[in-house]
Amino acid sequence: MISLRDLTVRYGDTVAVDGITLDLEPGKIYGLLGRNGSGKTSLLSVLASYRRAAAGTVRFDGADPFENRALVRDIAFIRDSLDVTEQDRIAKVLDFAARLRPTFAADYAEHLVDVFELDRRKRVSALSRGQRSSLGVVLGLAARAPLTILDEVYLGMDAGARTAFYRELLADYLAHPRTIILSTHLIEEVAGLFEQVIVIDRGRLLVHEDTDTFKARGVAVTGPAAAVDAFVAGRTVLNEQSLGGVRQVTLYGALDDDEAARARAAGLTLAPVGVQDLFVHLTSGAADGTRRREALR
Amino acid sequence: MFHDRSPIYQQIANGIKDDVLSGTLKEGEQVMSTNQYAAFYQINPATAAKGFAQLVDEGVLFKKRGIGMFVSPDARARLRGQRRERFFADVVAPMLAEARMVGVEVDEIVAYLKDGPR
Repeated sequence: MISLRDLTVRYGDTVAVDGITLDLEPGKIYGLLGRNGSGKTSLLSVLASYRRAAAGTVRFDGADPFENRALVRDIAFIRDSLDVTEQDRIAKVLDFAARLRPTFAADYAEHLVDVFELDRRKRVSALSRGQRSSLGVVLGLAARAPLTILDEVYLGMDAGARTAFYRELLADYLAHPRTIILSTHLIEEVAGLFEQVIVIDRGRLLVHEDTDTFKARGVAVTGPAAAVDAFVAGRTVLNEQSLGGVRQVTLYGALDDDEAARARAAGLTLAPVGVQDLFVHLTSGAADGTRRREALR
Repeated sequence: MFHDRSPIYQQIANGIKDDVLSGTLKEGEQVMSTNQYAAFYQINPATAAKGFAQLVDEGVLFKKRGIGMFVSPDARARLRGQRRERFFADVVAPMLAEARMVGVEVDEIVAYLKDGPR
């Protein structure tokens, strides 16, 4: 079990991660969702022991991973910079990774290089944005590390490469179950892979729950304005829009059967809200976003 | 796949039920593993497992320890019973509501059912 307690990361006066408390059970695929600048990378950097927290603790089964050789060996953290030598050719990068990591699966890495159609003779510095991301995926998945952290590794990948990435990720996870944390804002296309989602916003934890539970939270209520207003009174409203006399309100919080029946009896239509929309509404920067977030706490 | 609005595990469970009802999956037959389902539909295996767990609860599937999941001997009869109970509420009632809204008389519907489209 990975336990974060009141974790805080600061850069000078800027608070990037603001007191996050979180427990992650091993062996699951987690989706870390957050807007740009929400603190995803800072949070992951501390989790991976690349950075020390300003306050709070990280514990892997009770032990602090920071500068703990045995624990750090079990972590693969793939981030934008890739942490490789830019002048090296891909073949050498892979060779180096294999020497560095006892768990590295060299044959699987070769397979992935073929899947992503990477040229082993190319230098890292000569790769396109998408190829660079693909190399990150190769390093991250072939590491087969018990804790694999992939921080927005899909940048610049086209739809075909991303589909290949998701397919390989799932297949290798099924064959070699481990803890995988994937940060993303391309939510809709990958949400099905996550067992749990973690949403952070402005350095704070907004949501951590099973993906199915999260998906069921958003409900769009549509109908005559007066009937909609009466039904949604006292509930957490994420968004509202009107078209003539018809109003649509996005609610946060699953309705039970009785409530749903009551809404339908009042002439209202209920529809689920996509994960992407739910996320956008939850983390929107509008002034009333603050009120919404307060209501969620 | 999964264009339906219900949760994915529910859709997996419903798909298996349909297969049992139609006879595509025979009673006593082994169903694919959660991992096979996950790989095929590109979903998390925990989601597939949730669908299976629901079917075990409902008595449609049973688990043989260390081997896998199998269709219960009485699954088809059980499902038919359930679906028949819900047939009028789930299938006929919405049709009648639509008929009322567009002014189709019950007599017309009965005639259609008896004689087919004219």
